[in-house]
Amino acid sequence: MTPVILLCVLAWIVLGGAGALCRTQKWSGAVVYGGSSMVAVVALSAALLQLATGISPRPSMVLPLGLPWVGMSFSTDTLSASFLIIINLGGVAASLYALGYGRHEREPWRVLPFYPVFLAAMNLVLIAADAYSFLIFWEFMSLTSWALVMVHHGEAETRTAGIVYLLMASAGTLALLLAFGLLAGAHGSYDFAAIRATHQPSWIGDTVMFLALIGAGSKAGLVPLHVWLPRAHPAAPSQVSALMSGVMTKVAIYAFIRLVFDLAGPPAWWWGLIVLITGGIAAVLGVLYALMEEDIKTILAYSTIENIGLIFVGLGLALAFKADGLLAAAALAFTAALFHAFNHALFKSTLFFGAGAVQHATGSRLLSQLGGLIHRMKISAVPMLVAAMAISSLPPFNGFASEWLILQAILLSPAMPQLGLKLAVPAVGALLALAASLAAACFVRFYGFAYLGKPRSVGAAEAQETDGFSCTAMSGLAVLCLAAGLLPGFVIDLLAPAAQSLLGAHMPTQEGLSWLTIIPISASRSSYDPLLIFIFITVSGSLAVLALHRYGSHVVRRAPFWGCGYAGLEDELSPGVVIGTQYSPSGFAQPIRRVFANLVFQARDKVTMPGPGETVPAEFASTWRDPVWAAVYTPLISAISRVADCANQLQYLTIRRYLGFVFIALIALLIWVALWS
Amino acid sequence: MELITQFFLQLCEMALVLALAPLLTGFVRQLKARFQRRAGPPLLQPYRDLSKLIAKDAIVATDSSWLFRVAPYLIFTATWVAASLVPSFGTNLLFSWSGDLIVIVALLGSARFVQMLAALDAGTAFGGLGASREAMIASLAEPAMLMMVFTVALVAGTTQLSAIAGFMHSGAAGLRLTLALALVSLVIVALAETGRFPVDNPATHLELTMIHEAMVLEFSGRHLALIELANSVRLLLYFSLISCIFVPLGIAPPGSGAGMLVAGAAAYIVKLVVGATLLALFETSFAKMRIFRVPNFVGAAFMLAVLGMLLLFVSAPL
Repeated sequence: MTPVILLCVLAWIVLGGAGALCRTQKWSGAVVYGGSSMVAVVALSAALLQLATGISPRPSMVLPLGLPWVGMSFSTDTLSASFLIIINLGGVAASLYALGYGRHEREPWRVLPFYPVFLAAMNLVLIAADAYSFLIFWEFMSLTSWALVMVHHGEAETRTAGIVYLLMASAGTLALLLAFGLLAGAHGSYDFAAIRATHQPSWIGDTVMFLALIGAGSKAGLVPLHVWLPRAHPAAPSQVSALMSGVMTKVAIYAFIRLVFDLAGPPAWWWGLIVLITGGIAAVLGVLYALMEEDIKTILAYSTIENIGLIFVGLGLALAFKADGLLAAAALAFTAALFHAFNHALFKSTLFFGAGAVQHATGSRLLSQLGGLIHRMKISAVPMLVAAMAISSLPPFNGFASEWLILQAILLSPAMPQLGLKLAVPAVGALLALAASLAAACFVRFYGFAYLGKPRSVGAAEAQETDGFSCTAMSGLAVLCLAAGLLPGFVIDLLAPAAQSLLGAHMPTQEGLSWLTIIPISASRSSYDPLLIFIFITVSGSLAVLALHRYGSHVVRRAPFWGCGYAGLEDELSPGVVIGTQYSPSGFAQPIRRVFANLVFQARDKVTMPGPGETVPAEFASTWRDPVWAAVYTPLISAISRVADCANQLQYLTIRRYLGFVFIALIALLIWVALWS
Repeated sequence: MELITQFFLQLCEMALVLALAPLLTGFVRQLKARFQRRAGPPLLQPYRDLSKLIAKDAIVATDSSWLFRVAPYLIFTATWVAASLVPSFGTNLLFSWSGDLIVIVALLGSARFVQMLAALDAGTAFGGLGASREAMIASLAEPAMLMMVFTVALVAGTTQLSAIAGFMHSGAAGLRLTLALALVSLVIVALAETGRFPVDNPATHLELTMIHEAMVLEFSGRHLALIELANSVRLLLYFSLISCIFVPLGIAPPGSGAGMLVAGAAAYIVKLVVGATLLALFETSFAKMRIFRVPNFVGAAFMLAVLGMLLLFVSAPL
């Protein structure tokens, strides 16, 4: 299977080259995106085939590339195959979407060469089997995605996003570099198999865990390393935003799993505690940020942080259970985390596709300028509703199935002997519950203000439905959201080999269970049958419709809504736009802002009322402060500039002083050498 | 044969929930009126209201979408299915394993999600106001409810409601401070989620104070009937939930005969009467809170539930 993926990578690189050469041709977009999507289908089928048939992994394949005495080795085990599915599924959908959406790109030659190469880079990270090639491809992935973020570099915001992203990506890679360096040791080999075989002292494992949390966490968007994410993800074209948010964050999760579960040796129980708490905080803060925002793509980017937090909670639980030898529970938590990663790729890609379509159709990304799109974008509004419900973890969709599994894993925490974990795990459960309910509020706001109500701007009033490719991509993913929600057992079984190979245990096989129920541990503990509940809802809903239409009235009349005598004015300049009485997105979030964000974000609403007799309008301003930026980055930036200022003085010394410095340095070195020997 | 009996019992449960719900609402209203020295509407008034509403034409706002017309059905069915998963007269009904307590909470969440969307659909100020306030209350009430679920699940070692009811019935849980805190938090959540005093006034139509009514202002005819019925069912659901977790007296265990089942149903009705009386007394003796006092009230439920859960690890049952 490794050769298949390598061939796919080659094909993507060729497509990238074709995109660069034929950049001015009209058909270049169709070729690049169509080709990328077909190649992704091949890679996806290969990964599915490997997981479904359980072909035993072959020894890694070494190619004579890169450093002459090392080469590059590739292999695919069950873990990388699981992630290959997630990545290439996202790749297929994004390329299909881009076939339609990419036509609206003003400067397609800035996207076309990098897009297929970005897909190739993500696949290469997953199949890399030694630290050297892993890091090369990781950087390759960062750089290609950076190039894609910078497509609209004419905008100042994009340029800021680009520089922040570049800095954070470099810092993250540095952490990963150190982690691999520690694992390989002074004389060790960089090959994963060799690292796995050596017995590491425990301090190396501990440090590697922290470095992996920083390195992979910064790419995935863990708080406080998330600052680049809400800037960079929205700045890219929407098919790339979907890939970065839905897919590239999963590569980061893969890196974390590979380092911590596979290479760092047996975990200590407090690793799990740290990962859990970081994840819980990211989940709540991410969704609170999202509730403050009005830009639809930024909302989606912040909600990615929330979902990544959820995934890390699952991984932290798995680590803690594994350290305590509770392997069945560890397998449950691990599978739940992978399942959520899979689900997040599905619904977040759909939402970004929809956001791109909305942006193109209305010319705006601000919720306060949208509204009523369900009437004008009839088809794409349906998959967006499905994705919004799925991401709010509501049954019967897939988001709920994975969240339910994570909650079930949390409920197994009393089996752990450490009191710290016993107390912390349910507390993190409380954070997750809070995050889930806030996410529902966030996506009511997202969907309600973009798609429902009346248009708030001319652009929204005159929006047109998006093209067929985009609708197909979105609908396909939405159908998968429903299917994975109704039949979670199949996905769980598909992910079982990965849990088996890393933890030595897997969840009970779900396939043969009656009525397609899922059972995490045992039937007496908990079970969930989404299919049956869905059938119940459908049947009783149809019965209600039949009964009401048979015995009651089935007439529907239309009338103006009740507005207490003032229903708002139609804007004279822009017909169809009603001003005055509709709720605004910032007004919708005001109660939540007042309850939660006063403390965390120091959110303040300020109303300036004109005095009696004055004829100026009243003014309303809402301000909030990013606590992470204030607590971490502002001091860091000022410290760096202070150090730089000090170092700057070295530039203006006389030649005598420079010679003096050289002399002192020489003496110091000689003394050191004398003492050393 | 066994399967048919089981299936029949499950259908009975679903029908019972639906048939009793308006009666319960009428009973609470009647009791409240009596406590306030009014004659009050007759006990069967909710049924008459429903049948009148069903016969009327549905009027929908000019700019509303298909979502507005589908929403009442979704809200009603999600609530109904959630309610029929809660054991009332007997445990371990045929489909009781298809969803646990977390699923019940989430089904109610789905209903609320659709309700908030439908409120935003017509583009009125009231809809936005109601949805916004509901979102705030739900953002605290839902985690509080989940924490209560966690607490009870950690005590009973399962999230299956039937198993929890059986465990509590067996008396193995003992007297625990944790469970007392969980009960208080569940009651607060129930008051908030069913829109009762002191969080919301089910009888108000005053713009400044209404929450739930503001969301359903645009519904009429059969759509309104479904939403009213869903509200009654939700009230019944919380009564059943509190009684099956904390007072599982008389509930029929699995495989019991007709006599036990009838006794279970009788016990259930007695519990409903007692619960309704307590609710009416409570509502009569408290005033409605200002909207921004509600987060403190519901937040207290959340903190109590978390506290109860943490206490579980450092305390022992009496």
